[in-house]
Amino acid sequence: MSRYVSYRDFDWLLLMFVLIICGLGVTEIHSATMHTKFAGAHIRQLYWIGGGILGMFLVSLLNYQALLDKVHWIYIAAVASLMAVLIFGTKYLGARRWIKIGGNHFQPSEWVKLILILAVAKYFADSRHRELTPSDFVKAGALVGIPMLMVLAQPDLGTALTYVPIAVMGIFLGGLQWRQGLAVVLLAALGIGVVFFTPHVHILKSYQKQRLTSFIEPEADKQGSGYQVIQSLIAVGSGGLWGGTGTQTHLSYLPVPQTDFIFAAFAEEHGFVGALGVLLLYFIVLMRLTQNAQTAPDRAGTFLVMGVVAVLSFHVLVNVGMVVGFMPVTGIPLPLMSYGGSSVLFMFLALGMVMNVRMRRFVN
Amino acid sequence: MFSRDDKVSAIRLTAVQYFILVIFMILAYGLWRLQVMQSDFYAQMAEKNRIRNVPILAPRGKILDRNGTVIVENYPSFSALLLRDSTRDLNADADAIAQGLHLDAKEVRERVRKFTSMPQYQPIFLKDDITQDELAFIESHKNELPELDTIMAHRRLYPRNGFMAHLIGYVGEVTEDMLNQPQFELYNPGDVVGISGVEKQYNQILMGKNGSRRALVNSRGREVGRLDETAAVPGKQLKLTVDVDLQIAAEQALGDRNGAVVAMDPRNGEILAMVSRPTFNPNDFSVRISRNEWSRLVNDDDHPLLNKAIQAQLAPGSTFKIIMATAGMQEGIAQDMHVNCGGGATFYGRYFKCWVVAEHRVHGPVDISKAIYQSCDVFFYTLAEKLGIDRIAKYATMFGLGQKTGIDLPQEVSGVMPSEEWKIRNFKQKWFAGETISVGIGQGAVAVTPIQMARAIGAISSGGLVVRPHVVNPTEFPPNVVPASTVPDQTKVPLDPKGWQIITDAMAGVVNPGGTAPSAHLQGIDFAGKTGSAQTISNALKAKLGAAGKNFKDNGWFVGVEPRRNPEIVVCALLEEGEHGYLAARTVAQVIKAYVDKQNRQPTKIARGSGKAEIGAVWNVSDPDGRDDLKSGHFTITITPKNVPLAAVAPGLE
Repeated sequence: MSRYVSYRDFDWLLLMFVLIICGLGVTEIHSATMHTKFAGAHIRQLYWIGGGILGMFLVSLLNYQALLDKVHWIYIAAVASLMAVLIFGTKYLGARRWIKIGGNHFQPSEWVKLILILAVAKYFADSRHRELTPSDFVKAGALVGIPMLMVLAQPDLGTALTYVPIAVMGIFLGGLQWRQGLAVVLLAALGIGVVFFTPHVHILKSYQKQRLTSFIEPEADKQGSGYQVIQSLIAVGSGGLWGGTGTQTHLSYLPVPQTDFIFAAFAEEHGFVGALGVLLLYFIVLMRLTQNAQTAPDRAGTFLVMGVVAVLSFHVLVNVGMVVGFMPVTGIPLPLMSYGGSSVLFMFLALGMVMNVRMRRFVN
Repeated sequence: MFSRDDKVSAIRLTAVQYFILVIFMILAYGLWRLQVMQSDFYAQMAEKNRIRNVPILAPRGKILDRNGTVIVENYPSFSALLLRDSTRDLNADADAIAQGLHLDAKEVRERVRKFTSMPQYQPIFLKDDITQDELAFIESHKNELPELDTIMAHRRLYPRNGFMAHLIGYVGEVTEDMLNQPQFELYNPGDVVGISGVEKQYNQILMGKNGSRRALVNSRGREVGRLDETAAVPGKQLKLTVDVDLQIAAEQALGDRNGAVVAMDPRNGEILAMVSRPTFNPNDFSVRISRNEWSRLVNDDDHPLLNKAIQAQLAPGSTFKIIMATAGMQEGIAQDMHVNCGGGATFYGRYFKCWVVAEHRVHGPVDISKAIYQSCDVFFYTLAEKLGIDRIAKYATMFGLGQKTGIDLPQEVSGVMPSEEWKIRNFKQKWFAGETISVGIGQGAVAVTPIQMARAIGAISSGGLVVRPHVVNPTEFPPNVVPASTVPDQTKVPLDPKGWQIITDAMAGVVNPGGTAPSAHLQGIDFAGKTGSAQTISNALKAKLGAAGKNFKDNGWFVGVEPRRNPEIVVCALLEEGEHGYLAARTVAQVIKAYVDKQNRQPTKIARGSGKAEIGAVWNVSDPDGRDDLKSGHFTITITPKNVPLAAVAPGLE
């Protein structure tokens, strides 16, 4: 089977919008870290983006179908890497998330996301039922659930939660029925209730619970967890319609303005108009991705692209939701804008897979 | 079943697109809510975050004596502040802070707790008047403990060794209780206010208005820029009526003995000196006083914080006989009264001794004059019996005993002047006539303060002019300050001039040979007064206690004036457990001498030879029937510079 693959079919428009978002992110990182010890982070971010773009082209060259055929090996490798983190990982701020390889710190939980997208795509593409059976739930659940529990054990609630939408998206597109959906929602609600309101079940760490409760009532703990929420709200609110001088960011009232709260910093400096513009850019990117999913050559390609859509929209929802006070503080970065190598690389590799699918849409 | 190439449902993909649209609309609404609907609120919050009000402390007004000599001054000192608008955990840092500033970590946490209800931008004052090494500690830990800061403040510098401490008082931080009172509603925690004495009474004048500086701060509480500032308004200086030279004399005259000395100008009520012993060092209070030092002062049996000149309520002893004599003269009883003192007499079936029997002699025949300069108890027992308690109480009350004098110092006490009505009101008992006898010699239920005694005897020597004592002349007040006082400035009790002359002459006899305090005689000075030795417990109780009763020594009193009639100065000395009035007389004599010496060094108004001068005089007027009538009064004379008469020589005893 000869395959005709050309960069003419590369989604240059999507890449353009993605790079605009990255560019805004770099300028905001520059502005937010200007007089802090993180000064110069925007340069490092540029390197990560450059590396990401390179990675994206490399990934797009591989045939995703070939990749899917070997996905069980990759999945096993991913679980093994998470196991390695739990055993050999570097402890930092009370959590074991990083593993040190040749002087560099890696956070495997980010890459696992990518592998889960592949695994879920493979599973549902091979599914031979029009309607989902209970065993589909159990299998897809286990596929995502095992690495998720391992990440929770690090503990890293934020990243673990980002695995959920991959499974949800797969199940929904895989043929979820109304009654099944209702049952899943009820079970999930029950589960959350048990985790939160049973005093003797310590699934969540106390600081994680505190973060969630301080979201509901930030004034109760002004100096502690509530502080970040309040300062973020002040930053966004004081930006007004057109933006301002950004004192919340520049006088460092806003915590970590270059990573988790970059959207708050941007909203403070560029106002409602600027923040809405960024949201619009993300929306365009997501719509473009969904369009690519529709034109994918096969079921697996669609699932693959939609997995990326699920992860990206979940990140935007949770991060921006946190910044505007609709969501608790979970430590989830805003993809493409937030400073950080793992996050940038993940996004570009994920985009590489999307390109991979798109470039092969006329082939078969 | 479908093949590997079957497409995913397009409807579901579209559903996902709509779902994403809904999410983004919710997020956009969130932004709209914060940035458009509530942007003013959050802009204010951001301003509160970054703008800090740093107080600029206003210096308190200086306190001067009547001649403009500075008594209380300020000096620059540094205070350690704790900034609460930083993100540091103050409780966690408390140990390090406490160690560096030599404080107790518990105390630091307690202060942090006390301030929790106050706005974040208000700093906590941790320690005043920090030392050089504490200042260095704060400067060198700017990074580790960014919440620590210093502020320059003007601290009170009081005279050393507790000089004039009771009159001046001291300042301290406004307490939580005070802040709950309406008159302190404009004050903030940490403000320094007067706690006692003049500092408290005239706090409104002395206290300035703090300014503030608005500064741009970052989240670590570090100042990164200045915006604007409101200058502080310094407190106004206050001139007292006290004469520092006389105060020094009074302090030295009392020495280390417990008691009080108060000197007043009976013509207008100006306090010239006021001493109370034991004293305390008010400089210990101008910085926050340590708990130990405070409890030492409060629990001391000698009550060093008490201003005994206005707060000691004690039996006046024989000094009360001047009030008795005046009452007797006014009622027409004492003039022709003659008593034979045989060392005691029996009244209402009980024998009352005269003090003189202790010296194994008797007074013999006694008239009013001798009764005063020899202080004969039997004479005054008899006079008391004849007057009755209510007439005694009437005159004592007219001269201000048993009531507050209205002096412009806080916490004056009233004392007690018993009467029939007083006893029924307070004890639900009828007055026993026998109780009147003890009152006649200033014992029994009578309790007065030294300032009351000075005012009463000063008034009698001045021909009945009762004045309100004060330490600040109302003319010294800045405009718009009108301190309220319910006591009228002056009242006049018309006195029979003849009786007045007899009493004042007899008082001069007290400090001359034949009197009770001849050793207090001042050569060439028209000094007059009355001794008193007041029991602190009754004789009966003393006898019952036996040897232990000896520990209860009498209080020595003396009230002296100069000159004997229409005096310029009245001095009252109280020596607690001073046993004898003549010792108090010597104390007063020292003060009077210092006063006269100072007057002599300065040219008198007459010798200065300009303007008007007022002089008092007594003269005889014959009425048509040929009877002499004694008149008294004041003359105002205008002195021309050329014609300078010599200052009238004080008429001594013939």
